[in-house]
Formats: sequence, structure tokens, C-alpha cells
Amino acid sequence: MLKASDEILAVPPTVIPVEPSRAIDWIPAQRVVLLVALLLLWWGLVRLGVLDPFFFGDPVRVAVVVWNWCTSGTILVHLGYTLSETLLAFALGTVLGIGAGLVLGLKPKAARLFDPFIKAANATPRVVLAPIFALWFGLGIWSKVALGTTLVFFVVFFNVFQGVREVSPIVLDNIRMLGASRRDLLRYVYFPSATSWVFSSLHNAIGMAFVGAVIGEYLGSVKGVGFLILQAEGSFNVDAVFAGIVILTICALVLDLGVSWIERRLLVWRPTHGQADREAT
Amino acid sequence: MSESAVDVRTPATPRAQPGEALRFDRVTCSFRSNSGAGLYTAVRDASLSVDTGEFVSVVGPTGCGKSTLLNVAAGLLRPTSGTITAFGSSFAGLNRDAAYLFQGESLMPWGRAIDNIAVGLRFHGKSRAEALEIAQDWLDRVGLHSHGALFPHQMSGGMRKRVAIAQALALNPPIILMDEPFSALDIQTRQMMETELLDLWSQDRKSVLFITHDLEEAISLSDRVVVLSAGPGTHPIAEFTIDLPRPREVADIRLSPDFLRLHTAIWGVLKEEVLKGYAQGKR
Repeated sequence: MLKASDEILAVPPTVIPVEPSRAIDWIPAQRVVLLVALLLLWWGLVRLGVLDPFFFGDPVRVAVVVWNWCTSGTILVHLGYTLSETLLAFALGTVLGIGAGLVLGLKPKAARLFDPFIKAANATPRVVLAPIFALWFGLGIWSKVALGTTLVFFVVFFNVFQGVREVSPIVLDNIRMLGASRRDLLRYVYFPSATSWVFSSLHNAIGMAFVGAVIGEYLGSVKGVGFLILQAEGSFNVDAVFAGIVILTICALVLDLGVSWIERRLLVWRPTHGQADREAT
Repeated sequence: MSESAVDVRTPATPRAQPGEALRFDRVTCSFRSNSGAGLYTAVRDASLSVDTGEFVSVVGPTGCGKSTLLNVAAGLLRPTSGTITAFGSSFAGLNRDAAYLFQGESLMPWGRAIDNIAVGLRFHGKSRAEALEIAQDWLDRVGLHSHGALFPHQMSGGMRKRVAIAQALALNPPIILMDEPFSALDIQTRQMMETELLDLWSQDRKSVLFITHDLEEAISLSDRVVVLSAGPGTHPIAEFTIDLPRPREVADIRLSPDFLRLHTAIWGVLKEEVLKGYAQGKR
């Protein structure tokens, strides 16, 4: 895609209407209060003996486990494994999904040929593949990457396929009349159009990659946060299980924020909800 | 749209030769109807020509196959029978001498205004810097000097049309095909756009084939107005030379007695076809 020259970029792209400034937004503060209240409830119920700490853990002890993992640095190693599996699965699945989506989107005959196979593959519960991948790729990171890739692939594939098919025929005819070659069509029309669809599925895809990594570790591994949880369960250490879950949740949130950030940078051309509303009025 | 129609385009050079820029010779276009049974003939035995530097409007009842005719001229559609030539020679695939202004939204939603204009120039082998420079010049000419960084969704309908016009004209094509380009605009914007279009056109007098169902628009812009019959099997049934003086101010010219005389004459022919088309639409 061409880029506007710097002088043009200096022009503010749009005027976003500012809502009349009212009182401070209390929602973030209320969220924190809600979180603290839930933790206190958990802690209180365990302390009062309503919940058995053997099964439900203790938030204070969970925090201690998390703290020890972080200070001793053990978590870094395991988290490093889980995150690299996640990112590799995400990258691989996305690239393969975009490729397959573009090819089948542009070749209706091939799409018809592959249709039942793709549906069947997508309908298979991918978790059952984990042992097979462990056999093929061993207990290292690659069996987890393979599992995550199969999950990510279909999410991205279906979105790109849809994106290619739903390109406006007027935009296509117009760009052809302007003299586009087949390669230009791919670069200037199909690819950007597909990209926007990919991004709408990216939150889903990164979540899938993460699930693939953790489940893969859980089913057989020697490193990773999933492995930590498995070990803790083996020794009936519920606090460590919860600690693992807390760390996974925080990671998932951070990954999701990262995707949102990339999305905002790359999809500036799409109307936001507020702008779409304005146009409708 | 056949895939073979896409090929690398050589830069369009305006050919100054006199004579006919476009010629439809007994063009017939049939489509397989949606139900699958039988053929629907949208255009039958249509002959029509546009001289070099001439502004020709084609008017006809709604849905009579006006756009089909334009798609044939663009090379987006092959006629079932008959021939179409540009400057005396037939073309395989797209008509490389023509630019096309579409009725609907034709800009790439993911491109800024300036990129949308520059993209065609890039296809024609211009360097990035050169393409952006020409695109900026065209932004100025269509009155969007400081709006090059806007995306289509951030622009009004009129601004998007201006960008589309700049996108087409920046390639300097000898023929311009327009398919009711202003029909989606409100009436004031529309008259302003028509005047601006005439200004741009009078600078270098390209050959224009302009499709509309708005007779006033057709008369105020054109050198010649062609009336089509109601579909199916539409074809030209009458031609009127518009001898109103140029330059014209679109909003004012509609009040002149000459305009009214032409309007009455053409409407006399068109009205019957509109009524026929309306009756068919109701059936």
C-alpha cells in the first residue's frame, strides 16, 4: 500500500466528537473494588471453614506461590516455553490460514473440491490430536506448536476465505479499469480486504494458540505453565494450580491487549463504531 | 469477467485523431435469466457512436440496460453479438483507452484519498513519488487540497465522488465512461459536481459517454442526448443535438427557454418509454 506523504499525514485524519465532559468515569475503580471484594469473599469463606482449603486453596497462599515463582525466576523459564509455543502456533497458523484462504477464495473449483475435507477437519476435536503430535514431534515445544497451529489455522482460514469472497465487485471492477494486473489485484484488493477479516478473528486466534499450548503441555511435557499445573495437581497442591491459572489469565489478558494495539495501528481505515453511528445519522 | 481480461496495461496516451472515439455496431447482449430457463436480452441491435471530444449522454427508463451498454464499452462485458470499437480498433479484454466512473462506491476503503488516486498511476508504471505528486495535483483540482489523508469512510458522498473523478482523470484517458455517477448525491451537491465536471472536461475535451436517467442532467452536460427504448431488448430510438452555448452553468441553464424547448422535445420521446418500463415493472 502506498503511504501518504508526511505533509498530508500531518492533517488530523478526523474530528472525533468529544462527549460533553461529565463527572469522572468510576467504572475502572468499581472494577478494582469488585475484584478485591471477590478475593476477600474467597479468603473469608476459606478462613471461616465454609470452603475446604484442600479443594479451594487460599488466596493468600496462592499469592505467596506466585510471588515465590516470580522471585525465584522458575516461572520465567516455564512462561517462556508457553509463550513461545503460543506465538509460534499463532504465526504459523495465521500464515497458513491466510495462504489457504486466499488460494481457495480465489479458486472456487478448488474450494468446492476441498469443502467436505475442511469441514471434517474443523469438526474433529483437535485435542485428540495431541497424543499423535507428541508421538510425531516429541515432548518438546513442537508438538504444542502443532496443536495450536491446527486450532489457529481454521479460525484464520475461514475469515480470509470469507474476506476474499466478499470484496465489493465494484471496487474490483474499478481497480481493473485503472489497469491493475492480477498481482496488483492480490496486493491492493484481496490482501487488504482479507487482512481486515483476519484482524476481526485475531483475538480468537491468539486465544486458540494459547489454549493449544497449555493443553499440549498439560497432556505431556517437561516445561511450561501447563506442566507446572499438571505437577501441582499430581501432588494435590491446589494453591499452585490456582497460581498457574492466575498467571495464565494475566498472560492471556496481555496478549489480548497486544492484539488490540496492533489492530488499532493497522486498521485505521475502518470506521469505528462511533463514526459509523455518526454517518448513519 | 473473464480472468484473461486482466493484463498489464500500457500507459494510455490520448490519441488526437479525429473521428469516432467509441462505436457500438449492432450490439446485442443476452443473459441467462436467474430461473435458468431461457435468455434475457438486455440490449438488442444497439448502434451508437461517440465522436472524439464529444460529450454524449444516454437516457432511458430505469432498468432498461443502460449500464450493460457501458460495461460493453469498458470491456467488462463481451457482447453476445455485434462489435464495439475504440478509435476504430476492436479490443480484447478491457478497453484500455477508457476510464470508468461507477455508480456505487468504487474507492478502496483501506486506502487514503491520495493513495486511491495514486494507485492507478502506479499500475501505469509511475514511481511512487511521481504518482503521489500527480495525485496531489488532482486533489487540488477537485478541491480536496488538504484532505488527501482521509479514508473513504471519513469523507462525505460528494468528496468520495470527487476522489473517484480524480482517480479516473489522473490517468488521462481519452475516453470517460460514466454510469449515473451523481445519482446518490443530494441535489445541491449534484449540481455543483456537474458544473465541476464540465469545468474539468472543457480543459481537454475528452470523449464522454454519460449514462443517466435524469434528463435535465443529460441536457445540461451534453453535446448530444441519445434516448433508449424501454427494456428488454433496449436500443437507441432517438438522438438530439444539444446546441446550448458553452461554458454552461448547470444550475442556471435549466431556466433558459432553449433548455425548456429541448427538454420538451426529448421528454416527448422518453415519456412513452418510461411509461412502458413502468408498466413492465409493475407486472
